[in-house]
Amino acid sequence: MHLHTLWFLLIAVLFTGYFVLEGFDFGVGMLLPVLGRDERERRVVINTIGPVWDGNEVWVLTAGGAMFAAFPEWYATLFSGFYLPLLLILLALILRGVAFEYRGKRDDVLWRRRFDWCIVFGSVVPAFLWGVAFANIVRGVPLDADHQYTGSLFTLLNPYALLGGLTTLLLFLTHGAIFIALKTVGDIRQRANALAERVGIAAALVAVVFLVWTMARHSTPLSVTLAVLAALCLVGGLVANRLPSRTDPQGRREGWAFTGTAAAIAFAVAALFATLYPDVLPSTVDPATNSLTVANASSTPYTLKIMTWVALVFTPIVLLYQGWTYWVFRKRIGTHHIPAEPAPTPAATTTAT
Amino acid sequence: MDATDLARWQFGITTVYHFLFVPITIGMAFLVAAFQTAWVRTGNEKWLKLTKFYGKLFLINFAMGVVTGIVQEFQFGMNWSEYSRFVGDIFGAPLAMEALLAFFLESTFLGLWIFGWDKLPKKIHLACIWIVAWGTVLSAAFILVANSWMQHPVGFRINAERGRAELTDFWAVLTNKVALITIPHTIAGAFLTAGGLVAAVAVWHLVRRPGRDTAAYRSAAKVGAWTTLVAMVALALTGDVQGKIMTEVQPMKMAAAEALYTTEQPAPFSLFTIGTLDGSRPVYALELPDLLSFLATGTFDGKVQGINDLQAEYEAKYGPGDYKPNIPVTYWTFRLMIGFGALASLIALWVLWATRKGRAPDANTRGGKLLLAGALALPLLPLLANSTGWIFTEMGRQPWIVFGQMKTAVAASPSVSSGDVITSMAVFTLLYGALAVVEVGLLLKYAKAGVPDVSPPPAVESDEDRPLAFAY
Repeated sequence: MHLHTLWFLLIAVLFTGYFVLEGFDFGVGMLLPVLGRDERERRVVINTIGPVWDGNEVWVLTAGGAMFAAFPEWYATLFSGFYLPLLLILLALILRGVAFEYRGKRDDVLWRRRFDWCIVFGSVVPAFLWGVAFANIVRGVPLDADHQYTGSLFTLLNPYALLGGLTTLLLFLTHGAIFIALKTVGDIRQRANALAERVGIAAALVAVVFLVWTMARHSTPLSVTLAVLAALCLVGGLVANRLPSRTDPQGRREGWAFTGTAAAIAFAVAALFATLYPDVLPSTVDPATNSLTVANASSTPYTLKIMTWVALVFTPIVLLYQGWTYWVFRKRIGTHHIPAEPAPTPAATTTAT
Repeated sequence: MDATDLARWQFGITTVYHFLFVPITIGMAFLVAAFQTAWVRTGNEKWLKLTKFYGKLFLINFAMGVVTGIVQEFQFGMNWSEYSRFVGDIFGAPLAMEALLAFFLESTFLGLWIFGWDKLPKKIHLACIWIVAWGTVLSAAFILVANSWMQHPVGFRINAERGRAELTDFWAVLTNKVALITIPHTIAGAFLTAGGLVAAVAVWHLVRRPGRDTAAYRSAAKVGAWTTLVAMVALALTGDVQGKIMTEVQPMKMAAAEALYTTEQPAPFSLFTIGTLDGSRPVYALELPDLLSFLATGTFDGKVQGINDLQAEYEAKYGPGDYKPNIPVTYWTFRLMIGFGALASLIALWVLWATRKGRAPDANTRGGKLLLAGALALPLLPLLANSTGWIFTEMGRQPWIVFGQMKTAVAASPSVSSGDVITSMAVFTLLYGALAVVEVGLLLKYAKAGVPDVSPPPAVESDEDRPLAFAY
């Protein structure tokens, strides 16, 4: 296999990891006001991803860095071309990250409500815009002979791309609801399961339409297989979500349901990358000569060789310790696990004593 | 202003903002790890109190460091696409390695440290914060390797056909002499900052709240002050070597740092200069003879090239153009960097003197009040020194984006309009401004609250129902 094909695969793997892991983070963030009816419940919802969201987010930084290193032309054209959507995503990620850390730092209802909205905004916007961006990458954008983007913001807002955005939004919402059901006990778990049932149907319908549309535009036997697998996994996950748990009469088979949505997202991302290959950013203007491909966008074989060694050694290590984190924090949580922190302000303590 | 000028302002604003939080993160990670190690080894509760107290300040700061860093990862492609195309083959590698080797480590193990107080064995929990601390250094090392390549490109060849620089020797890039000296200098700056912050907060409590947790604050004040002093020695030594390397690889930057217009042998060190408005020659200068020669070359009679001679030399070499950086900015940032750092270490020395042999500063004396004022300046001075140091490094390289290879003027994104850049600059500036207010408010709130109570929580009936040690 040519090194630039291997790097196309590795970048696909990094984005797959990002969407599977941040997919439920975004879902959890969007569902914060829906499933968290009071302050304690909201904190349960946020703390399902408390220890892991930051590590999950690093997947996109690594994917961005890998694009820069392996396909600098792709990185340059894509990020300067998709300028305003990317700006919105960055704004959302900044607000979300700060909100997670800062919302509990003051015992003040208004303070927390504001940061709750930052979390919702910071989850909805990327969940939608990443779908729009990837649909546009697969669809192609106007590139001139120098591989410069010549479109505007509105070029990116075409019906196919908007449907892509809706697909990721609904998929992540379902994925997040099932993750919350998997990580909590009691009332929240029941409501999360019930919500996943309803949103899941909408997500499945939209996702199937989007994948069929994608395959109708451009497909290979591999990409069709992956798209079919994605649809099957999603349906399987949703079915598992309706089956009662064998051990707990209150619960359902959330482990299988989560595996199903995670696999569905992974296969869907893989199907998009399979459709894209060997292009990395097709041009809608003179596709034969203006498109960016793995060949004309890549770094030199020497750079790719060094990066390959680094990736092959360190990616398994990262997977091991990230997996261990999920194991350490594997226990379900409920409202009774939430400590009375943040501690009352010092002034309040003095009055009490 | 055209898109390139706007993009320069934006990169400057976002980077300076990012680098307010980074040094605190790097230095504080080690100090918090040291406090926790002291607690694990001695069992003395004061160290646990300090770990939790400064750990909280560290986390408030860390959050800002993370979110402002995300922007930097994408800004190269957004605003500087021509630069990204030209250097991607080389510049992308350290960036990707930073994310894969360091970002994952920091973010994952910090999550384990924050939430793992009751979930991990004591020593593994301690290992987590040490991994975070070394992760921050690893991350700094990779990004400084990338930056140093822009200052002094090595290990590459120019492929004229593809119009880009291509990597030929990655080891040379990793062991770039500019990188090897910039990394320890930057890390020492981080310790100066964190040491100053830790000492300042402790002194505030000693003076304003005498009698409360005195043992803990005295220890923190001493640890912080000693860190600052040792860091200043390291800064002076590394800075000296850095100056000599800079004279060798970027003589124009050294000349601009001194506003030395004509080549001199031996050259004096300038304490103060007033130049003409167009910045082409000095009007008045207060100088120390021969010192610059020593700083730049290691001998008191070494030759130091002047700005006007270098300008002529570069025109001959690279064609017509203006190869001078902004002289007032480089001249003053260089002086302010040294001055702020030196002042911080003097205050640290004063803190050590005031807390010697079991003494605590007394707020009722004039000395106590003065010390408190000094302590309040202590965390700010290193921050200013860091910023001015980086502004000097970056603006001293202009007009080049990659020294000798690519000019800043041709590096911006052709497909991005001024309107786009104005939009993003407005978004980032307003957002960062608002977040700074929130962040400083929280830091002050938690710094004033003082060390927490660390008595164990009341027993509960079953382990299953025990509340989490920490929840957002």
